[in-house]
Amino acid sequence: MKTFRFSLKKYRNYLIVAAVLLLFLAIDLFGGLRRTDANLLSQIAISVILALSLNLVVGFLGELSLGHAGFMCVGAYIGGYAAVAMHGAIGSSVLVLLLSALIGGVAAALAGFVIGVPTLRLKGDYLAIVTLAFGEIVRTLFRNQAVFGGALGLDTSSIRFGTKLYIPALLLVLFTLFVVQNLMSSKHGRAIKAIRDSEIAARASGIAVTKYKLTVFVIAAFFAGVAGVVYAHHTSPVDYGYFSFNTSIDILVMVVLGGMGNLTGTMISAAALTFIDVKLTTALSLDAAVRNLLYALILILLVVWNNAPALRHAREKYSLRTLFEKLSKKFFPKKAEEDSESAAWDKIPTKIPMDAILSADLQPDRAFTPDPPEKEEKP
Amino acid sequence: MSDFLLETRDLGISFGGLKAVQGVNLTVKKGEIYGLIGPNGAGKTTLFNLLAGVYRPTTGRFFLDGEDLTGKGSAEINRRGIARTFQNIRLFSNMSVLSNVMTGLGNRAACTVFESIFRLPRHRRAEKEIHDEAREILGVFGLDEERHLLSSGLPYGKQRKLEIARAIATHPKLLLLDEPAAGMNPQETAELVATIREIRDRFDLTVLLIEHDMSFVSGLCDRLTVLNFGEVLAEGACAQVLRDPEVIRAYLGT
Repeated sequence: MKTFRFSLKKYRNYLIVAAVLLLFLAIDLFGGLRRTDANLLSQIAISVILALSLNLVVGFLGELSLGHAGFMCVGAYIGGYAAVAMHGAIGSSVLVLLLSALIGGVAAALAGFVIGVPTLRLKGDYLAIVTLAFGEIVRTLFRNQAVFGGALGLDTSSIRFGTKLYIPALLLVLFTLFVVQNLMSSKHGRAIKAIRDSEIAARASGIAVTKYKLTVFVIAAFFAGVAGVVYAHHTSPVDYGYFSFNTSIDILVMVVLGGMGNLTGTMISAAALTFIDVKLTTALSLDAAVRNLLYALILILLVVWNNAPALRHAREKYSLRTLFEKLSKKFFPKKAEEDSESAAWDKIPTKIPMDAILSADLQPDRAFTPDPPEKEEKP
Repeated sequence: MSDFLLETRDLGISFGGLKAVQGVNLTVKKGEIYGLIGPNGAGKTTLFNLLAGVYRPTTGRFFLDGEDLTGKGSAEINRRGIARTFQNIRLFSNMSVLSNVMTGLGNRAACTVFESIFRLPRHRRAEKEIHDEAREILGVFGLDEERHLLSSGLPYGKQRKLEIARAIATHPKLLLLDEPAAGMNPQETAELVATIREIRDRFDLTVLLIEHDMSFVSGLCDRLTVLNFGEVLAEGACAQVLRDPEVIRAYLGT
């Protein structure tokens, strides 16, 4: 008989999102949630969905996609259009949101399929180039359709959700997490990671590489489309200019900063970067140049903080991971890790600290010296 | 039906004008441990790459258990029963030891992506089946203790073993080992001889291997083929081939 064991690690991401949702629901109930904060929360939810889905392609599959905003664009226009059309027939606005999210997601997934079939067979950076072009082409296509409002953008004011949008948006974040985590912790997830680590060995192990690449790409496109639909419920009109190359890069930065293949990190970095971005935009609304400059500076500082060898000790001391470990030790003392599939990073048997080697010539004052030889054992 | 598990007929490949492998007629019997030797650049690994579907042969055909596998892709050939290891180890380096073997077992239990995402019963059954068998295979290779380690964190000899374990996990009929003893000390090599014999009996395998260590080859292989400049120089029983003056000349130069 298998007893139910509560694993903090497995449910950590769900707990974080649920805690945020409940916290803001409570604040909202007591009437303390400002309109701008509710807006910010919806925007964060959109970013998190985008970053989580892009992480599937970039972090787990190891392919570079530069057109995530393009799939979001397909979702926003198609889903938004469907929502406006359904709005009259269906009374419940939540139902309209969910249905249109499904429609927008499927439309984006179809676009992902069409892009993926020819390009994922190729080796190298073709996917990056094709997705880059796709992102630019697709938004121009929508801009030139009178049905979708042309240059004025798609008018979605009738379905605007107002301040309560963050609730369904965060629920959709939970759903995204559910799909991504369950996919990755299955035999399919192992196959996907295997392709990333060595495509030739993956093929030799009987993995249908192209099929998996396509599956991942389509799922990621689906969720980008869902995020687009939430965006259409958040902003009116849906403007083609928003889905530019810059937005794709913004999402990619969230993934890279949060850690490839690291879901918790991706969520945190997506939330933090969106927060910084929105706050900077509102605080410096007059001067976009200054805003861009500051945003770039913050990004550079974050990257330096994450990677500079000289900051290693400070990083270990103040990192979120250490904080999590401390907290979990405090609340769940002495919980042995059972058969989890993840590797124990700290148990890797190496005698040489890699960081010390890497930073050896960068710090002339603290030159790397090997350990003194051990004394010979006497027989 | 022939009693040969692997049969190649006039197998060859050329890159541009270079005939890397030509006219190879190999016949490997069921349950045999067959050696493929030859000087550097003789085309041994290229021949492996042909049999594993990395390259498509430009001439000839090859058959596994009477089934024509010429021109099939790597993944398809693996599913039909040929598994391989690589000369330069190619593990899934960011995954644990256990996950590496479980990845090899991926085709043993069927469940769709949809079933996995929504954690339907077939997913749970498949995962359990895969997990249990992976533990079993790791036990055979003495890697069970290290199953949670990152595969790239294993010492070299164990990485080689893990690569064989991952290949075994795909339930092959024929196992291709590309220099399995490279970089091992004499004691590890002796252990490897025992391991390869054991897995041959236990998993009902046929083994085709490339190796430069002659004591390893003569201690393990039933028959040998010697390649030189892409062509078969000699073949036959192990001791006899190694005495062949042509073979000695190819290795030592004239």
